[in-house]
Amino acid sequence: MDNFMAARSQMALSLGFHIIFSCIGMVMPFFMAVSHYLWLKTNKPVYKNVTKAWSKGVAIFFATGAVSGTVLSFELGLLWPEFMKHAGPIFGMPFSLEGTAFFIEAIALGFYLYGWNRFNKWFHWFTGVVVGISGIASGILVVSANSWMNSPTGFDYINGKYTNIDPIKAMFNPAWFSQALHMSIAAFAATGFAVAGVHALMIMRQKNINFHKKAFRIAAVFGIVASILQPLSGDISAKMVAKRQPAKLAAMEAHFKTEEYSPLIIGGIPDVKNKKVDYALELPGLLSFMVHDDFKTPVKGLDQIPERDQPPIAVTHYSFQIMVALGMLMMGIGVIYLIAQFKKRNWFDKTWFLKLFIAATPVGFIAIEAGWTVTEVGRQPWIIQGIMRTKDAVTPMPGIGYSFYLFTAVYLTLSVAVIFLLYRQIKMVPEIYDNTKPSTH
Amino acid sequence: MLYVVILFLWLALLLYLVMGGADFGAGIIEMFTSKPNKMRTRQTMYNAIGPIWEANHMWLIIAIVILFVGFPVIYTTMSTYLHIPLVIMLMGIIARGTALTFRNYDAVIDDMQKVYNKIFVYSSFITPLFLGIIAGSAVSGRIDLHATDFMSAYIYSWLNWFSVSIGFFTVALCGFLAAIYLIGETNEASEQKRFIRKAKLMNVAAVVAGASVFAASVAEHIPLIQWVFGNIIGIAAVSLASISLILLWILIYRGKRYIIRVLAGFQVTMILLTTTYKHYPNIVILKNGGYLSLINDHGADKTIVALGSALLIGSLFILPALVYLVWSFQRKPQNIKDQH
Ligand code: HDD
Ligand code: HEM
Ligand code: HEM
Repeated sequence: MDNFMAARSQMALSLGFHIIFSCIGMVMPFFMAVSHYLWLKTNKPVYKNVTKAWSKGVAIFFATGAVSGTVLSFELGLLWPEFMKHAGPIFGMPFSLEGTAFFIEAIALGFYLYGWNRFNKWFHWFTGVVVGISGIASGILVVSANSWMNSPTGFDYINGKYTNIDPIKAMFNPAWFSQALHMSIAAFAATGFAVAGVHALMIMRQKNINFHKKAFRIAAVFGIVASILQPLSGDISAKMVAKRQPAKLAAMEAHFKTEEYSPLIIGGIPDVKNKKVDYALELPGLLSFMVHDDFKTPVKGLDQIPERDQPPIAVTHYSFQIMVALGMLMMGIGVIYLIAQFKKRNWFDKTWFLKLFIAATPVGFIAIEAGWTVTEVGRQPWIIQGIMRTKDAVTPMPGIGYSFYLFTAVYLTLSVAVIFLLYRQIKMVPEIYDNTKPSTH
Repeated sequence: MLYVVILFLWLALLLYLVMGGADFGAGIIEMFTSKPNKMRTRQTMYNAIGPIWEANHMWLIIAIVILFVGFPVIYTTMSTYLHIPLVIMLMGIIARGTALTFRNYDAVIDDMQKVYNKIFVYSSFITPLFLGIIAGSAVSGRIDLHATDFMSAYIYSWLNWFSVSIGFFTVALCGFLAAIYLIGETNEASEQKRFIRKAKLMNVAAVVAGASVFAASVAEHIPLIQWVFGNIIGIAAVSLASISLILLWILIYRGKRYIIRVLAGFQVTMILLTTTYKHYPNIVILKNGGYLSLINDHGADKTIVALGSALLIGSLFILPALVYLVWSFQRKPQNIKDQH
């Protein structure tokens, strides 16, 4: 495998792995805080059990998120030294604040996980809330570093030199808000659906129904609200992309020709050689409308972008289609849930309703991976949009292929281990957490 | 502000060495514990480090972030030429963090525990070994920016007697710190005796590895002796460290459990001080006498100001919370495992 491909693949693998754990580490504390709150208020032991069961899962995810994040902060230099040499001081501000956020998170987690019966119960609850808040803060900060790569600001680039550096301005680059908003909502949507799905499965299997129903409700409500907001924030993101990265937008849409009444292209198979899309649904004027708020103004197509500045079209297009399709699906499930909530309460006991949620368990995370592929692959061939090319940033050390294989093996093993451990956690629910069977825990 | 940032970098390294070091050391001690006693050692250890291991590990992240934001050339040079030991260290960090958590949170207790234990113990050894090798390589003058072949660019930069000796020295130091720490964590006389024996063993190992470091520095023409003994601060620090080591052993036998921790921490501080003081601010020494300096090779001034402010403000939140965390779990030592 050539060095450059290997480095890109290793980066993608590490980030794709980390994002799952960081999303869960960011969102689960909120679920726990709600359940914990309900326990403190109602004194129903089932809520305490849900909180404790979740907190064990979170500890496992946390450790994995923390170590994979540590790896990332080294990998930036291991794989992209030329990039970090220049970018470090410019986009480093969010990373240094993120350090603080992580630290607070780690401390609060220590209090929370080990603090049962040791502290004032509201102080203990509060440390759980702090874990969640600082997790979200670190997510927002790291995404703001990434959005700088998409819309680099806060410096002047003159004759290959980076001068006039202003790290604060770089942090609040034009893309940070739309990306941070979209990412945070995505984390809630994906984690909410995933957790709800697992509990729905257990309800269907008629195991510890009371326990799983309570857990399902909490997770589902978060997931539903987020998945309804998500397309709205996606629209804001798309408008931002159109403004700052027309090549990415064109690749997302497989939009080859610049013309009036630019169509919105849904699905289809991009034929890059002949510059057309086969089997797609084309809605004339809609892309123009989404970008410019009127149906006529043309949207810049790939024909106006030099080939050497174009991202891989097929990957970007497919990923975008997958994300949007799954987003619509999740919103649809959200609407069904709301109807059930207000009208057909009996749906909650119907198998088809539960099956819907079980089937939806992984969709949020698939959408997240797809979305990041859009963002990152769509930025190619640039590592810093318009300033530095990815191939100029890669490490001079040969043999990165081996390192990529090693990391692949390690991450695969870890994924299997985490799934195995979660399976065992769930299997043990009847023995440890079900209050119909008294236990010492 | 540059000095604030440098101070934080130094403190982060020191705290990682002390807190993270004791944490790694716990695994090293477990490695050298005989089978029948392993279970108890493990329990004592887990009660001691469970609540704070995530926080301990943060010092490394802080140091790395300071490096890549404030001193990008130093960060990228090290990560290019020390790529291989860094990857090995990262593997150690992954294995250790996950194994510690998995063995504690696996809902079913069965033979998998053995697997977790093995991984935990080996990675507790590997990680500080390579951490030490990386630190040693930074000052060993083997990083060659003009190397043309793979071996001298990416292998001999770290694989040499001096760096490897520093690696073993670091391992011994971590084990020593952990043993001293664990003495205070248990009330059983037999267990305390075992930890005291471990502390002795680690102390001897540190002396042997230290001697090897000095021998290597002479053989490989690294002016270590001059860095340590060629200036008043170095001599003072070495003398204080020696006196405190003697005091430490006297107090161990008097059963003083908390003051010995302070003294052990003091030892490490003095060691780090002597080895960094004389060649400060040049933290990476290159082949052919070049070097990378904290004073000259830093990022833009505005970045340093922003970074320094972030660190100062961050520490206002972090330090009190961290102190309270450590203090609360010290105050009521009880069996954590029963809690969940
Ligand atoms: C649960 C996950 C999820 C769902 C359902 C959606 N997205 Fe998304 N999307 C993400 C998760 C995500 C993400 C993984 O979080 C990304 C990657 C980078 C980012 O900021 O968010 C992203 C990026 C991203 C981008 C690129 C932003 C950039 O490069 O700056 C656009 C244009 C959209 N999204 C648009 C949408 C639209 C129109 C959706 C309509 C349904 C949608 N997303 C659903
Ligand atoms: C966690 C969510 C993220 C995922 C899943 C992700 C995914 C990816 C993928 C798929 C690539 C490879 C693109 C290609 O080479 O074709 C990549 C590259 C890269 N990403 Fe991200 N990314 C994420 C967030 C970030 C963040 C927050 C940063 C930095 C602040 C970042 C920095 C980079 C860098 C430096 C590269 C390599 C250069 C390049 O290929 O352009 N990524 N990422
Ligand atoms: C969009 C992408 C990312 C998001 C949303 C994200 C978020 C998070 C969160 C919430 C945590 C806390 C630990 C946990 O909950 O498990 C975490 C851990 C970590 N992340 Fe990421 N991260 C992203 C990408 C990155 C990148 C690109 C880096 C490095 C450059 C990084 C570095 C770290 C580090 C060092 C930790 C460990 C902190 C600890 O010990 O708690 N992350 N990440």
